[in-house]
Amino acid sequence: MIGLRLRQLVFASIVALIAYVFAANVMLPASMGMALDSYSLTIIGKYLCFAMLAVALDLVWGYCGILSLGHAAFFSLGGYAMGMYLMRQIGERGTYGHPVLPDFMVFLNWEQLPWFWYGFDAFWFAGLMIFFAPGMLAFVFGWFAFRSRVSGVYLSIITQALTYALMLAFFRNEMGFGGNNGLTDFKDLLGYPLASNGVRVWLMLASGLALLLSLFLCQKLLATKFGRVLVAVRDSESRTRFLGYRVEHFKLFAFVMSAMIAGLAGALYVPQVGIINPGEFSPLASIEVVVWVALGGRGSLYGAALGAIVVNAAKTFFTGSYPEAWLFFLGAMFVISTLYLPRGILGALEDLAQQVKGNAPKLSTEELS
Amino acid sequence: MIPVTQAMLYLDGLSVSFDGFKALNNLSIDLAPGELRAVIGPNGAGKSTMMDVITGKTRPDAGVALFLGRHDLTLLDETQIANLGIGRKFQKPSVIETLTVEENLELALVGNRSPWQAIMQILRPQDRHSMSEVASRVGLTDALDQLGGTLSHGQKQWLEIGMLLLQEPKVLLVDEPAAGMTDSETLKTAELLKSLAGEHTVMVVEHDMEFVEALGCKVTVLHEGHVLAEGSLSHVSSNDEVVDVYLGR
Repeated sequence: MIGLRLRQLVFASIVALIAYVFAANVMLPASMGMALDSYSLTIIGKYLCFAMLAVALDLVWGYCGILSLGHAAFFSLGGYAMGMYLMRQIGERGTYGHPVLPDFMVFLNWEQLPWFWYGFDAFWFAGLMIFFAPGMLAFVFGWFAFRSRVSGVYLSIITQALTYALMLAFFRNEMGFGGNNGLTDFKDLLGYPLASNGVRVWLMLASGLALLLSLFLCQKLLATKFGRVLVAVRDSESRTRFLGYRVEHFKLFAFVMSAMIAGLAGALYVPQVGIINPGEFSPLASIEVVVWVALGGRGSLYGAALGAIVVNAAKTFFTGSYPEAWLFFLGAMFVISTLYLPRGILGALEDLAQQVKGNAPKLSTEELS
Repeated sequence: MIPVTQAMLYLDGLSVSFDGFKALNNLSIDLAPGELRAVIGPNGAGKSTMMDVITGKTRPDAGVALFLGRHDLTLLDETQIANLGIGRKFQKPSVIETLTVEENLELALVGNRSPWQAIMQILRPQDRHSMSEVASRVGLTDALDQLGGTLSHGQKQWLEIGMLLLQEPKVLLVDEPAAGMTDSETLKTAELLKSLAGEHTVMVVEHDMEFVEALGCKVTVLHEGHVLAEGSLSHVSSNDEVVDVYLGR
């Protein structure tokens, strides 16, 4: 019950945040002085995108036991899809003023647009690719990995290799994604200038709504029998197989869905930070996501979202005020959460609340709601 | 396809070796439809390996394993075999510990196993009815909301038998059901398995001789991966070889 209330609290905080920004920045006149500035909006929007990525990872790791160390790859692919749209919106306003080719292609003396850039001038097409590109990668990768029953640490290692390989590939200029520099210098989104405060407000609101939507969708999915099969796969894969379930299909479904949520998060992230480059594919980025989820509470979607926000808020603070201490702090948080918070922040809060109420803490379980 | 044998389960000349160790050595057994059969034998006799071959976990090096005289079990995987109608209870009780008893039963409930179906499925009244019926049959009616991990060893065994029943399999492979049970529970289990025979074909692997006696069925004795003797319990226990390798003098 207390667990439920804490989850409602997390959900309500996100709703409140969205409502506040909507009221203060959109509805009320600026003279009231309640509106958030661009910097805060961007920071919050970023955190919300990271929270979505954490929810995506928790769906497969927390509930299905697939420890993906390559989830940043799906995030980045969604980001690149959005970046490609934004690049094509620049048009003649680029440094070289070419009507079709983005600057980096002109710089590389390319004559025409590569085929895989076709269609990205249309928002609806880019919008589809945001889901399709990461989803397809997850599908192909998962199809082979799960069918061959690659699991546990071996799966983690190859997901890490996957994101590393993508990083190396995207670093190459010949790939046609801007190489080392990635995609940047974006001008506008759907005709509105990205630098304007209004667009930043809407991007932050969209990130918040997307986070709520993904939390809601995952929660609904996990509340069905599908969710219970996932838990059964996590806890006893071979048993589930002997019950007649095609384990690889269940894993694949969850993995693809998770990749698509990660892709959407990446797509919302890129216009807010204004750049996407191959560094986003770095193995470390994926491992950080695992830290967020572990710290927030693996096996609880709200815990994962909370973990992402807490760790990134700490990151903003430390890298600003004590840059040299950040990595030590990150390491310390991971050690502490492993040793003392096996169920993460949310789990620890639940136990604490139980004790305050005078009840003995329940047997630790991952609850499914 | 025309059945090539009348047997429900037909194993002939099965051999499996692990790193040179012959876990099964030319093993042949067949079970008639509706039969209850006890399989006994010392540790390492190949009982679990035989079940692994039947359920698709292990591929034999040689031999034939036919289900209903027409399904070649050596070509199918665990999921396909489970869906054909061969259910298995493991030696170590393996219920899903983080799900409740009711949820465990729901997972086992016979029906379409596709992911899409799992998302759309809503329990029908008759599903709830058969689940509660099985729950009362295995004595877990009061524990439906309890997590699988909190059950006692004996209760887990019962839950697993209950899950097996809800799968409505044609063949039940039951590995050491009485382990960790009290004497009265053991007798109750034997009664339950006996009541299942006829409608289902049941193969029970067991060490507990009192339990085998209570089953009162045909007994197969395995030793070093092949069948040493077969017949009624009194018949096999008077067999000198069986006494030497298993029962002891």
